[in-house]
Amino acid sequence: MHLGADEPPQECQYTQICTRGSPHMKKRRKWRVFPGRNKFFCDGRVMMARQSGVFYLTLLLIMVTSGLFFAFDCPFLASNLTPAIPVIGGVLFFFVMGMLFRASFSDPGILPRATPDEAADLERQIDTSNGQTTAGYRPPPRTREVLINGQAVKLKYCFTCKIFRPPRASHCSLCDNCVERFDHHCPWVGNCVGKRNYRFFYLFILSLSLLTLFIFAFVITHVILRSNRKGFLDALKESPVVVCFFSVWSIVGLSGFHTYLISSNQTTNEDIKGSWSTKRGKDNYNPYSYGSIITNCCAALCGPLPPSLIDRRGYIQPDTPQPVPLSNGTSVYTTPQMHSHMCDQYQCIQSTKFVLQAAATPLLHSEPVILAGGPHLPGKTSLAGHCGPLVPVQTSIPSSMPGLSCGGELLALRDVDAHCRHHHFTSPDETPSPPQPPMPPMPLMPPIPCATHVSHIHPTQLYDPASQDSLHEDSVRGLVKLSSV
Amino acid sequence: MRSAPRTAARRTTLPFYHQSFHNLQELRHNASLSNKVFVQRDYTEGTVCKFQTKFPSELDSRIERTLFEDTVKTLNNYYAEAEKIGGQSYLEGCLACATAYLIFLCMETRYEKVLKKISHYIQEQNEKIYAPRGLLITDPIERGMRVIEISIYEDRGSSGSSSGSSSTTCSSGR
Repeated sequence: MHLGADEPPQECQYTQICTRGSPHMKKRRKWRVFPGRNKFFCDGRVMMARQSGVFYLTLLLIMVTSGLFFAFDCPFLASNLTPAIPVIGGVLFFFVMGMLFRASFSDPGILPRATPDEAADLERQIDTSNGQTTAGYRPPPRTREVLINGQAVKLKYCFTCKIFRPPRASHCSLCDNCVERFDHHCPWVGNCVGKRNYRFFYLFILSLSLLTLFIFAFVITHVILRSNRKGFLDALKESPVVVCFFSVWSIVGLSGFHTYLISSNQTTNEDIKGSWSTKRGKDNYNPYSYGSIITNCCAALCGPLPPSLIDRRGYIQPDTPQPVPLSNGTSVYTTPQMHSHMCDQYQCIQSTKFVLQAAATPLLHSEPVILAGGPHLPGKTSLAGHCGPLVPVQTSIPSSMPGLSCGGELLALRDVDAHCRHHHFTSPDETPSPPQPPMPPMPLMPPIPCATHVSHIHPTQLYDPASQDSLHEDSVRGLVKLSSV
Repeated sequence: MRSAPRTAARRTTLPFYHQSFHNLQELRHNASLSNKVFVQRDYTEGTVCKFQTKFPSELDSRIERTLFEDTVKTLNNYYAEAEKIGGQSYLEGCLACATAYLIFLCMETRYEKVLKKISHYIQEQNEKIYAPRGLLITDPIERGMRVIEISIYEDRGSSGSSSGSSSTTCSSGR
């Protein structure tokens, strides 16, 4: 079938191929390509921070303490005092657990990162207002001043998310997200505390302090009642619940602190920085406060609950570019057609490819080499280098190396460089000299079992450092260093 | 004559597949995206969701100032209604707290109801006012409530007809 040279018929063909039952084109949910450092469970319904070990500790402490109370103290108290005690205790316990799960598992108010068009538009605006800066010089931190209810507030630009942060938003370095009305990152809860889950967090610590005081009081009552009959030390032995005195007071103290914050409509972040403290200036006041304590409390606890902005269970649209997170924290945008062909392993390779492409083009001006991460092909590894601009180099990887990491790919790239070494540089000035200690010519990343395997497979194409000139070595190190981020 | 498979394939991937949005589909097919304008947030009243009503210069030749300002002001009013702190929101909040927030499994929050209204309003505005002028408004919720994105389309008039004829010859040649 002959196609005209016009673009639209080819476009037509490509669209048809894309939508017709290719196994890679099944719909994927957006949480799979979320750029922040969060963990998702239950197909995107539950999200937490990456390090959630302390959350399990919290869970354990609460359950063990409550469990011991219900097991050892409640029977005595229910029979001797009133059965309402375990009932109230039970209700409090379930409320605490509910609030904890709600605070830990919900989206704290994450701001999605800017789309490429938005980011470009902002850059243009900033460039026109600042004037052009010299290449390679990092511009000063970008801020915008805004007058909020008469108070001057600086909006900062987030280089990771490529947005100007709204007032009261902050970038959490642990989760790598900008969060609206950022309070703090709580390791006990295993999540950031922000606009959407602050009330759950507050209700959690409030109800937990009530629960711990409740348990503490009734354990003491139990001990006293028993000691009337048996003696104090014996009673203590039979009541093994020892609620840590300090943890009670720390939780109660934290509730008190957050009650103060809510009544003055401040976040922990603002309070610690002293943003609205009168020490900063006589005219410094909190522009977000509603004026009265009751209104502030009602607004924080009973105000409307905004929806999540990140749409984690939505499906990725085939045409929209999605961010592919690189390990250095920035993102690279690819379309889902490309993305769906990648598993995590190749995601790394693909993003490495972009970095190499960017780095390689000015250096290998006659033979830019791009390593394309393709699917596994059985058979001998062979490297074919082409001359010409931006031609993908197909590297077939033997299926016997399932654990091939980026390191192996990089080594393969360096072998390709060995091929192209005669075509590289016109002048030493063009090569970058990265400021790092000289790297060993063999594998960079510690566990690369495939590296030696690769070198066995092409004996004639071994990377032989002795035959390289120093300039080439430097540039290769530079490329490899760039790709190893 | 436009080739049927392409339209059908594209139709299934468009988010608003409905007979009445035929105009918007035609807009996306016939026109090419030339520029995007971003209307930023207005923070002078705090963190409430409000967009600037300043008229972007790129839209100068495309749409009347008053129409644009009306759209933005209506959107601002909707968002203010969603975030209003008053009797109804307190009632909803207290009821939710009393049921340990389980009530939201059955019921929508007021904010979500207003967001649906906003979405319908934007679709209606696109159909009636913006698409005929070669513009398209993207719902701010899809951009994290940071901006109102207005896409400007250039009409591909003459090039559209030539591509149509070549695809006809292509299909007849099979």
